Parts: sequence; C-alpha cells; structure tokens
Amino acid sequence: MSIVKTTVDRRSFLKVSALSTGGIVLGFNWACTPQEAVRAIPSEWFDVNAFLKIAANGMVTIMSPNPEIGQNVKTSMPMIIAEELDVKWEDVIVEQAPLDTDAFKRQVAGGSQSIRQGWSSLRMAGATAKQMLINAAAKQWGVDPSGLTASEGVISGNGKKITYGEIAAEAANVPVPEEVKLKDPKDFKIIGTERRNVDLNKIVTGQPLFGLDHKVDGMLYSVVLRPPAFGAKLKSFDDSDTRQVNGVQDVVQFGDKIAVLATSTWAAIKGQRALKPEWDLSGQLESTSYHDETMRNLLDTPSEEPKRNDGNVKRAFAEADKVIERTYEAPFLPHNTMEPMNFFANVTAEKVELVGPIQTPEWTRSRVAKLLEREESEVSIDMTRMGGGFGRRLYGDFALEAAEISSMINSPVKVVFTREDDMTAGTYRPGSKYKFRASIKDGQMTGYHLVGAGVNMRNATRENNFPAASLDNYLIESHNLQSNITTGAWRAPITNFLAFAEQSFIDEVAIELGQDQVQFRLDLFERALSNPVGEVGYDVEKFMGVVKLAAEKSNWTEKKDGVYKGFSAYYSHNTYVAEVAEVVMSGGTPKVQKMITAIDCGIVVNPMGAINQVQGGVIDGIGHAMYGELTFEAGVPQSKNFDQYRLIRTSEVPDVEVHFVESNNDPTGLGEPSLPPAGGAIANAIHAATGQRFYQQPFIKEKVVFG
Amino acid sequence: MAIFNLKVNGENHQVDVDPDTPILWVLRDNLDLVGTKFGCGIAQCGACTIHLDGTAARSCSVPISQVGEASVTTIEGLSEKGDHPLQEAWREHDVPQCGYCQAGQIMNAASLLSKNPSPSDQEIESAMYGNLCRCTSYLKIKAAIRTAADQA
Ligand code: FES
Ligand code: FES
Repeated sequence: MSIVKTTVDRRSFLKVSALSTGGIVLGFNWACTPQEAVRAIPSEWFDVNAFLKIAANGMVTIMSPNPEIGQNVKTSMPMIIAEELDVKWEDVIVEQAPLDTDAFKRQVAGGSQSIRQGWSSLRMAGATAKQMLINAAAKQWGVDPSGLTASEGVISGNGKKITYGEIAAEAANVPVPEEVKLKDPKDFKIIGTERRNVDLNKIVTGQPLFGLDHKVDGMLYSVVLRPPAFGAKLKSFDDSDTRQVNGVQDVVQFGDKIAVLATSTWAAIKGQRALKPEWDLSGQLESTSYHDETMRNLLDTPSEEPKRNDGNVKRAFAEADKVIERTYEAPFLPHNTMEPMNFFANVTAEKVELVGPIQTPEWTRSRVAKLLEREESEVSIDMTRMGGGFGRRLYGDFALEAAEISSMINSPVKVVFTREDDMTAGTYRPGSKYKFRASIKDGQMTGYHLVGAGVNMRNATRENNFPAASLDNYLIESHNLQSNITTGAWRAPITNFLAFAEQSFIDEVAIELGQDQVQFRLDLFERALSNPVGEVGYDVEKFMGVVKLAAEKSNWTEKKDGVYKGFSAYYSHNTYVAEVAEVVMSGGTPKVQKMITAIDCGIVVNPMGAINQVQGGVIDGIGHAMYGELTFEAGVPQSKNFDQYRLIRTSEVPDVEVHFVESNNDPTGLGEPSLPPAGGAIANAIHAATGQRFYQQPFIKEKVVFG
Repeated sequence: MAIFNLKVNGENHQVDVDPDTPILWVLRDNLDLVGTKFGCGIAQCGACTIHLDGTAARSCSVPISQVGEASVTTIEGLSEKGDHPLQEAWREHDVPQCGYCQAGQIMNAASLLSKNPSPSDQEIESAMYGNLCRCTSYLKIKAAIRTAADQA
C-alpha cells in the first residue's frame, strides 16, 4: 500500500445528473447468455469525479479517457479505476469519454503510452472515489473513517455495512481527500485477470460503433478527389458529369482538392469518379528509384554530427582482421487500417461539432479551430471506436477536410475515403536504409558502425539502444532525405524496420565469430552491465531477462529435426521483447510455423487483451516484412487497393506463444513493442533453414527463397 | 433511380436507388444497417460479407439490380438474440482487436459452417482466406470457428 497526494480535480461535479429515462437496457456481462445479461441502466447517477459515476443500485459508469484503436484501452483503463475503487467488474459500464483535457490527461492513442502514462492518474481516480465513499459512510455513522474498509462495492466497519450505491449521493458532496491509499499490487483483484473487450457484444452483433457508422439527419456524404501524385496541383476541373449523378448535391473546390457532396456514399463515389480534373504536374514528382539512389549515396556520406561516437571507430576498423558490412533497405508502407479514413463535421455559427476516429483529438481540435478561425472552446470532438489506427489516425487531415467542407456548404457532412483514397493519400511509413559495419579482431567484435538514411526522418537510428554501451568503439550516424510525400508514424516508428536490420546483422556477426546467437547477445549485455561505455539507453537486466526467457521457452539450444530457429530481441516503447521463430520447409519453401515470445511490460493489466496485442504485433511484423511494399512513380503511389497490395492472410499466420515476465513494476506499453523483433526472428530462422539472408523487405521478392 | 423490393433479415423493404448501387451501400445508407462494413469495394477484404440465400457474398460487389428475389441476411439478422454459435464463440475467445472486420469474418464463417458443419483446419483456412484482418486477429478467429464447429 502506498499513500499518494491526490491530484484529481473535482471540477463542477458536485451535482446529481439525471440521464434519459427511456428504459434503455444494456448487455453488460458477456460471459452469460444475452437474456440473462440485461439490466436496466439507472436513470440517476452520482458523479464522484470526472472518471466515474455511481448509481443507487451500485452500478458504476467508468469513463475511458483515451481513444480506442483496437489496443483495448477501453477495457484496460477502466479496469485500473475499478481496481482502486474496489467494485465488482460485473457492476461496471464503460463509456468513451469525450475530449476534455481539463478533466483527463493525455487523451492520445500513440507510442504505446496510454496505460503507462495513465496508470497513476487512473489509480488515483479510483482510490479517491473510494475514499470519498468511505468518508461519507463514516460521516453518516458518526465514526472515524480510518476504522472502515471497503471491498467490492461495500463499506464495512463498526458492525455495519453500506453499499457504494446507498452512499453515493452523500459521497458526491464530501470534500476531495488530500491523500489516498493505493493498493499493494498483491491485493489486486481485477488487474491481472482476464477481462473481455467491453465492446465485444456490439462488435459481434454489428451495432454502430465506428466513425463510418455515425450519421445524423440531413448529413451529406462527401468523397474527395485529391491530387493523384505528391507534388501535383489542381489546375481546373469539369464537374458536368458529376452533377448528372443521381444524389449528387454539390461540388466544391478547396485547395487542390475537390469535394463531391451527395445524399449517399455511393452517389458521392460515383460523382468523384466522374470528375474530369486537369493537374499541373510541373512540380517535384518523386519516384522510388530517386529515393533509393539518394539514400544509397547518403549511406556513403560521413555525417557532420554523429548521433553517438564512442571510442575510435576509425582505428578499430583500420586495425581489424575482418570487416563485415551489410546494407538493409525498407520500402514505404501504407497503414491500411481496415476502416478507411472518415470524419463527421457539423460547422454552424454556434459551434463546430466533430465526430469520428482520431488518435489525437486534442491536437485536432486546435488545428480545426485555427483553420476555421474559431475558439477552441467552440470545437467539440467525440471519439468513436476506431477500425484500426497504426499511426494513420494521429494525423487529423481527414477531420480538417470534413470541418472545412462543412463550413463551406453549411451542412453536416461526413467525409469518406474509398480504399483507393486511403492508400494513395496516406501518411506513410517512409522508406529507409541502413548500413551496418562491424570490425573483427582476434575473434572479437571491436567496433560497430551504423549509418541510417530515411525519408523525412529526423533521426533514423536509436543510438543509445542496444548494443550501445557494450562496445568500446561505436559510431552512429543518421541522414535525412526531405520529400514532399506525406510520411508519419507507423506502428513502432523507425524501429519497425531498424530492429529487423540490427537483429539480422547481429545474427550474422555471431555466426561469423562462431558464437551462439543468444550467448553472443548475453555477452554484450554483460559488458554493458559490468563496464558500460557511455550512456546506456536501456535496462540491461530486463533486456537480458527476456532474452533468457525466450531462449528457455523455445528450448533454444535443443535441435529439432527439420525445425530451424531464429532469434531476435528489441527494446522499444519502454517494453522488452525477445522472439524466437521456428521455420520448417514445406514444398521447398520456408514456412514460419511458430513464434515464441517473451515480454517484460511490467504489470500485465489484462492478460487476455495483452495476448491479443502481442499476437497482433508479431503477425503484423511478419506480414509487412514478408509482403508489404508501396512504390512511387513520378509521385504516384503504385498500389491503390488490396488487389495490388498484399496483406498477410489467415493461412500465412504462425502460432504465437506469449510469455510475460512476472513483474510488480508499473505497466508499460504493448501496442507496438512486439512488432519490431518479428522480422529479424523470421529472417534469421529462414537463413538457418535455407542459408539465404534477406537485405530488403518485403522478403517475398527474394526469388531464391520463395521461387 | 428505380424501385427495388428487398427482403433483409426477414423484413421487406422498398428502396429507390440507382440500379448499380452495391447492396452494401443500400444496407448502410438506406436501411441503417451499418454492421456490414466497407473495406475495399472490390471483393478483396471480406469486411462487407452478407448472406444471399444463406451463402456468403461480398456486398460491395453485388449491385442491387442483381439481388433479385434472394433473401439478404446481415450480421444484425444472423441470429435473433445475438447468440449464433459463432457469436458466442467470438465472445468466449475475445476475438476482436479493433473489431472492424469481425462482422464480415463471422458472416463468412457462418456460411462455411452452414455448408460444412465440421470443417478441417485447412478447410477453415481456405474458406477464410478472403477475409482480411488488419489487426491480424487470425489465430483467435480460427480458434473461435473451431470452437463453434466442435460444439455444433
Ligand atoms: S468491402 Fe467488400 S470485400 Fe472489401
Ligand atoms: S480486428 Fe481490426 S481489422 Fe480485424
């Protein structure tokens, strides 16, 4: 148990709010059959703080503050509140909180930070409410609160009992305590247990949940024609055919884009296709061949300001018996969220109302306010469940489009991207290249040199990450190629490819030195632990912990006939992950049959959701390493839909075994960290099986291996 | 525009739309049945899967003029109480991540099980090949189909 100072602001919540009494019922217990699971939603609630309200019958509504993109925070964040509040999870209803930055901290889905950064404030919100309930009961009974305890929604002491529901009205009026007790992790009853997705019932019965499902009376659908090439500008357009399409109401130009407004999505799509634009193509139109050539040149250019420079790399290489040099190349990738980009906006003289899937509601609110020259207080954003994010929905371009169009036509509007729009107007994972060099002397790696180059990358490296601190001579450099192609964060930015390159290279060096790949890593860690060189940007012991756990769970040193193993480990987003891939040969080509993963993410809040995240990250990592690629010709993306862009499908998926390190440390993130090691693990296993190395993604292009 | 009579989830509807309108958009925009999702529009992802006379079809690629007399079933009408064995298995396994593809996955799997109540793992994989899940919840999808099939 720890005592902490409260920082939960009561705000204006000293009131009883009555919700509609329309006899709504809700299925809230997904384990039961639906008939048993309905319970009337109470019509009267007592707001204890911004995060939760309690009804007289003991039901609790918990607000989930952060956007839900499939990382399951809408379940796991309320679990943390419910734990400290100490209620039965079955009595909890979860609601998505609106954007309210006075009440909630950091309403962002990104960087795998929701749980890590929300942990303390969510616990405090629950614990504060619990203390207020206890204080109210103590007041009613005329006793000292310190003699009372509360558990599963019931306060007891003094030979008496009262439920949270019975005392909720009074609790809403007691002062916010200055200090509250937080539970000892060993007393957790909800955290660490398996809880199903709170939206599960709606998802499997097809209830409206997503941005694309949102509609209001009189709303127009808008499909927008955007420039076909990055660098193209709109000269003029002929919309006469578009205006002939049944249901098309209007066509408006904004910037270099043309919005078609219609009474149905299909009419808007047809209208968009019928537009006859003329584009000005005199600007800079970049092709993949230009990116490739420029980045290859950059890799051979010494940088004026290395990211890190320990010892004397030049000398180490000059004195080496042998130098190993390898270059790894990554393509652009679109995000391809299953739900294409979309957003609703209704801009009126009074307010700007926005509804839709967005990872960064706060940033979007300020950008929309600026764009429309309105006060931020006039702009509201409701966050819908998102049909995937992966970084794409950090960029509110689609919300800004909706706001701008709505303000032009004075009507509520929903902007819908077709898949083609979504894939060709992306904020892509940019292409990058890495050149690794290792100097070998007397059977040891004596120097390590990495040069990275990436499109729109301020830093293509992670200079203080492994193997930093374990080598006397260590040089890291980075170059940027500025481009007009829009790029951005893509699940595990930078490391989604850098990890593959690094872990492939480490595998090669270990084999070159005749060392076991796991032992080679452990020896490097030992050096970083006992006698580190410069800054160590990772917790060496935690890192070693997952490496050893993955080796143990995969029986790394044991040989199995016909099974080839590959090892990889990476630290990102505050979480340590090691993975072993098992590959078998099937019909002459390698097939990944199993992945064994070991993860240290501190306390696992919801093991059920956590396994989903780890499996999702690993398979996503394999899928994009195997198949993902977007190229450009004169600024035009060359894949437009799933017939031209290969995503991993069900028969291509290996089993994924998940092992968490037992820990009482505060939780870190899980949405991203299992992805980076996956590509290296399978590449190293395929090398073990076939003798072939991969230096470029996607692997499927390697004809020697895949025919 | 033209008038079309449709039977969706056992109810009759009349809509006035262009004959080339994919049934997907009629369901979503005209009938407010938004459980059927839009993913690609070209029969490549399966998010829009419905049943036409009990057989899985990609609603994005079936114009309303081709539906004819066929009875349409959507995720909303798969079972009366949301308790189709696949929906129950989806709950048991906690399958969804973002959840967007799942209605299409369930509808596709329901069509498979209605024709082949005890499919092999390989038959499940080949029947589900056309349904993308960008969150890659494939392992749980397969496990849930297995559970539903084994319980039938
Ligand atoms: S939307 Fe119909 S198959 Fe993709
Ligand atoms: S759960 Fe997200 S696309 Fe399948």
